[in-house]
Amino acid sequence: MFSLDRWQEIYLTIRKNKLRTFLTGFAVAWGIFMLIILLGSGNGLENGVKEQFKGGAMNGIWISSGVTSVQYKGLKTGREIKFTDQDYKLIKNSIKGYDHISARLFLGSVLVSYKNEYGTFFVSPSHPDYGYIKEVQILQGRFLNQIDIRECRKVAAIGEKVKSQLFKGRDTVALEKYINIKGVPFKIIGIFRDFGRDDNEQKRIYIPITTAQKVFYTSNVINQISFTTGDASPAEADAMLRKAKLTLSRSHTFSPDDPRAIDIMNKSEDVKRFNALFAGIRMFIWIIGIGTIIAGIVGVSNIMMISVKERTKEIGIRKALGATPGSIIGLVMQEAILITGFAGYVGLVLGVGLLELITKNIPPSDFFRNPEANFAIAVGATILLIIAGAFAGFFPAIKAAAIRPIEALREE
Amino acid sequence: MIDISNIHKTYITGSNKLHVLKGIDLKVEAGEMISVMGASGSGKSTLLNILGILDNHDHGEYLLSGIRIENLNERKAARLRNKYLGFVFQSFNLVSFKNAAENVALPLYYQNVKRKKRNAIAMEYLDRMGLKEWAHHLPNELSGGQKQRVAIARALIGKPKVILADEPTGALDSVTSQEVMDILTDINKNENITMLIVTHELDIAKRTQKTIRITDGLITEIIKN
Repeated sequence: MFSLDRWQEIYLTIRKNKLRTFLTGFAVAWGIFMLIILLGSGNGLENGVKEQFKGGAMNGIWISSGVTSVQYKGLKTGREIKFTDQDYKLIKNSIKGYDHISARLFLGSVLVSYKNEYGTFFVSPSHPDYGYIKEVQILQGRFLNQIDIRECRKVAAIGEKVKSQLFKGRDTVALEKYINIKGVPFKIIGIFRDFGRDDNEQKRIYIPITTAQKVFYTSNVINQISFTTGDASPAEADAMLRKAKLTLSRSHTFSPDDPRAIDIMNKSEDVKRFNALFAGIRMFIWIIGIGTIIAGIVGVSNIMMISVKERTKEIGIRKALGATPGSIIGLVMQEAILITGFAGYVGLVLGVGLLELITKNIPPSDFFRNPEANFAIAVGATILLIIAGAFAGFFPAIKAAAIRPIEALREE
Repeated sequence: MIDISNIHKTYITGSNKLHVLKGIDLKVEAGEMISVMGASGSGKSTLLNILGILDNHDHGEYLLSGIRIENLNERKAARLRNKYLGFVFQSFNLVSFKNAAENVALPLYYQNVKRKKRNAIAMEYLDRMGLKEWAHHLPNELSGGQKQRVAIARALIGKPKVILADEPTGALDSVTSQEVMDILTDINKNENITMLIVTHELDIAKRTQKTIRITDGLITEIIKN
C-alpha cells in the first residue's frame, strides 16, 4: 500500500492542483493550530495557578487559632482561642495517618542582624517536621532536628534571600556564623530555598519552637498546627481534619461548626478544586479544538469529493487499464491522509512555535506562565490527524471506486 | 479468442427500459482483425464495453481466451482487463497530467512492474511508435495522431491478447487515420494480436479482414473484405 510509486502518483496529482491542495490543507492546519494554541493556553493558565500552590506539600493542612463567632455551651462569641503545646500533643495523639506534624509560633517580622548588616525577616519557630510540610529545599547544612528541640538550642535555618541580604562582600560563608534575633545570638545551621511565591516565605528564618518559647518568653503558646496527610485518600484526609477539629473544639470549648474559631487551610482541598476546574477547561478546549478540526476535515472531504469528480475520467482510464477498486481507494485515501497529515503538522509546528515565542517573550504572570504543548498533546494531535485524514478520504474514495469506466470514458 | 453467444443487454434508466443488445453471437479467432460498423445507437459501443469487461451482460455467454466472463467482481475484472485487453479510444483518454512515457507505462504500474523497468519498456514502445523524442511531453503538447500513437503504445505495453478500439480514427484527419490504421494492421500481423475496431468509416472498416454490421442490437451482416 505504501509503495514509492503510489507516493509518486500522489505527488504528481498534488503538484497538478497546488492551489486546491493548499486551501484544503490550510483549513486543517488552522484547526490544529487553534487546538494547540488553546491547549497551550489552558496549560499556561494551569501552570500559572499551580505556581500559586508551590511552597508547601500538596497534602498539607494548616490549622491556625482564631476568634469564636458562634455561641457555645453558654460562652459568648468573640472569644480568642489560644493554642498551646497541649493542643499540639493532643492532635498528634488523636489523628492517625499523618506523616509530618509541626506546631508554629508567629513572631512576625523581626529585626535580625549579622555584624553590621541588618534586615527584617519573618522568624518562624517550629518543629523539625515543618521543613517537610513546607517542602523547603536544603541548599547547605541541615534543617532543625529533634535534638535542637529537646535541648532548646539556639540554632537557625535561614532562607537564601536572608543569607544574601545579611552576608555580603567577603563574608560569603554563613554556616556556623551567629546572627542576632531580637538581641539573642543564633547559630546558622542551614540555608534553604522555599518555592513559595510570597516574599515572606523566601525571607524566613526557622528556629526551634522550644527555644523561642523560652528565650522570647511566650511560655507554652503556639499559633498554628500543621500536618501532612501522607498517602491518605481524600476521604481519609477529611476524617483526619474532622478529628483534629473535634479535638480542638473539645479542649477549647467552641462549636465544631464555628467557621472562625479556627482557621483551616487545606491545600489538598484547593488542589482538588482546581484540578477539577482544569479538567473541565481542558475538556472544553478539546471539544472546541476537535470541532475546529472537524470543520477542516469536512473541508478536505469536500474538496476530495470535487477532486474525485474532476478526476472521473482519469479514474475511468486507470480502471480500464487494470486498476482495482482497492488501488483507487488507496490512492484517494492516501492523498487525503497526506494532505491532512502534512498540513496538520505544519499547524502543529506553527502552534508550538507561537507558544514558545509567548513563553520566551512574555513574562509569566500570576495566572499565566509557560503555555506549553507537551509531547503527549503532540502525539495525540498526530494520531487525531491521521484518523481525520482517513475519515476525510473515506467517502470520496468509496465514490471514486464506484466510478464505472464506461461512464467515465463516454465521449463528452 | 472471443466467443460470445446470445448476449443481451438492457439499460434501465428510471422507468425506461432500453434493450440495446438483443442476442449477439460472434466468434473472433486469435489473430483476426475485424471491424464493427453500425449507426449510432445500434449497440456497437455497448458490445465493445461488454467485450472489454467494462460492463456486464444480462444474458448469454462470453468466453475470452477460454475464460468465462460472468458476474466478475471489480477486482477480477480489473485483473483480466490488465492481462488480456488493450484499449484504444476515439478521444485517446490519456491522463492529462502525465507525460507520454508515464501514460504508456501506466498499465505496467498496475502489474506492479518496478518504476525503472516500466519506464524503460515504455520508452521502447514509444520508440516503436516513432515518438521517442516526445516521451516527456504532456498529451496537450502532442498532435491528434501522436496522441493516438501514445494510446496504442499504452494498449500494447501490457502484451494483451486482444485490442479493442472504439472509433480509433474518429478524431483524426484522413491521412493520420490511415497512418494509425497502418500501425494497427502492422501490430495485428507482426504480433498476432486479435483486433476489434468499432468504426463508422467505411474505408477504415475495409482495411480489416472482416466487417460486422450491427443494426438495432443484432448482427445483420458479416462481410469479408
